[in-house]
Amino acid sequence: MLPASTHNLPSSNEPRILYCRCAFAQTIPDDVKQRVLEGLSESDQPFEAVADLCEMAARRDPHLIELAKGNRPLKIAACWPRAVKGLFHLGDAPLPESGVEIINMRTLSAEEVLAAIAAPMPHIHPTQSAEAKQ
Amino acid sequence: MIAHRPGPLRVVVYEGAGSLPLEASMRTSLFAALLDRGYAVTRAGPASADQVEGATLVVLGRFAGVPPEVAAKSGDRVEVCDVTGKSCDEAVELVERVRGETPMNRPGGVPADTWKPWFPVIDPVRCTNCMQCLSFCLFDVYGVSVDHTIRVENPSNCKVNCPACSRVCPEVAIMFPKYHAGPIDGAPVSETDVGREKMKVDISALLGGDIYARLRERSADAKTRFSRERSSDAALAERRRCLTKMADAAAIPREVLDALPSAEEIQRRSAEAAKRAQEAFAAFQEASLRNSPSAP
Repeated sequence: MLPASTHNLPSSNEPRILYCRCAFAQTIPDDVKQRVLEGLSESDQPFEAVADLCEMAARRDPHLIELAKGNRPLKIAACWPRAVKGLFHLGDAPLPESGVEIINMRTLSAEEVLAAIAAPMPHIHPTQSAEAKQ
Repeated sequence: MIAHRPGPLRVVVYEGAGSLPLEASMRTSLFAALLDRGYAVTRAGPASADQVEGATLVVLGRFAGVPPEVAAKSGDRVEVCDVTGKSCDEAVELVERVRGETPMNRPGGVPADTWKPWFPVIDPVRCTNCMQCLSFCLFDVYGVSVDHTIRVENPSNCKVNCPACSRVCPEVAIMFPKYHAGPIDGAPVSETDVGREKMKVDISALLGGDIYARLRERSADAKTRFSRERSSDAALAERRRCLTKMADAAAIPREVLDALPSAEEIQRRSAEAAKRAQEAFAAFQEASLRNSPSAP
């Protein structure tokens, strides 16, 4: 029987992965977001994918709260870290101060994004990590 | 414009116990097709199926004809669909069938059903709650939260492609993530940006006087000419001429400016917005003082 609600693997420190498709506007290069999706699909990792974080924030989708509050670190492949943090804040789901890494598909290549997803979580302040990914 | 529709359902591609993994190419195509239609999709491995309370969940998987039982929370609806031997299109069709007539925001749909997520996003780290945006916006996009801080209250009221409020923010704290350039798109803010944005705080100064007075004046001129010439074209041309400067100064799309209400209505709304901003700013300052460590 599938569990009704589990937040992935609570005993593990493996980060959760969130991929934003930016489907409502073409701000992320098509080839980057497609190749990143392919890379995630070809891996063995579970991941969450959303059509558009902006759209979810606009209607304050409760799923944002669930994504932000998980008990494991979170890697978000989306756009500018400042924008992503602002979107979660707008959606009444502020991201935690630590344990979140935002990977910018707007400026990085697909290979760089996938490498950042696969890399261990840096043990530094999230702002520093976000800046490093810009 | 369509906004604030609830997410109609979530899709889980389940590849844990009791199912066979999808081919990687099928998995990619299925994810891409569902995401491009506006769905949220989770790839769940062993012991990981995720669910939002009160949501409809569609679980897709290769169950070899024996769909698993799924424990649903009270009030939730869970549909399990076996996609063994099905193509990507057929699997998507199954999801669409479960959704039925439930409305949802869809990217790139027919024009009446298309919505661009265009609204301001506040950078909480930079924002000082000065309420200039609240005072500036004539469309009630901004509001004040219970803790007296600025809040994007009605994102769907925002005028698509208009980033004007981000130009008046003295702290460069307002972003439009779908904008084409930084720092408005959320790119890091440089010292130069801060300097440049500060120069734009006072749009009225840029226009050589009070913006609303100027609009009123232009409108009055246009009315006089209109009554004299009986030409609606002349009045429109005058309005366009006046608004061109605003458009250039704040990167406001012409169609947004053309759609502005009458000068009197603008004045009324701006006075109302300024009053709200003033009250909100005073309440915020009072609350900050009360909460400061040196407060008695």
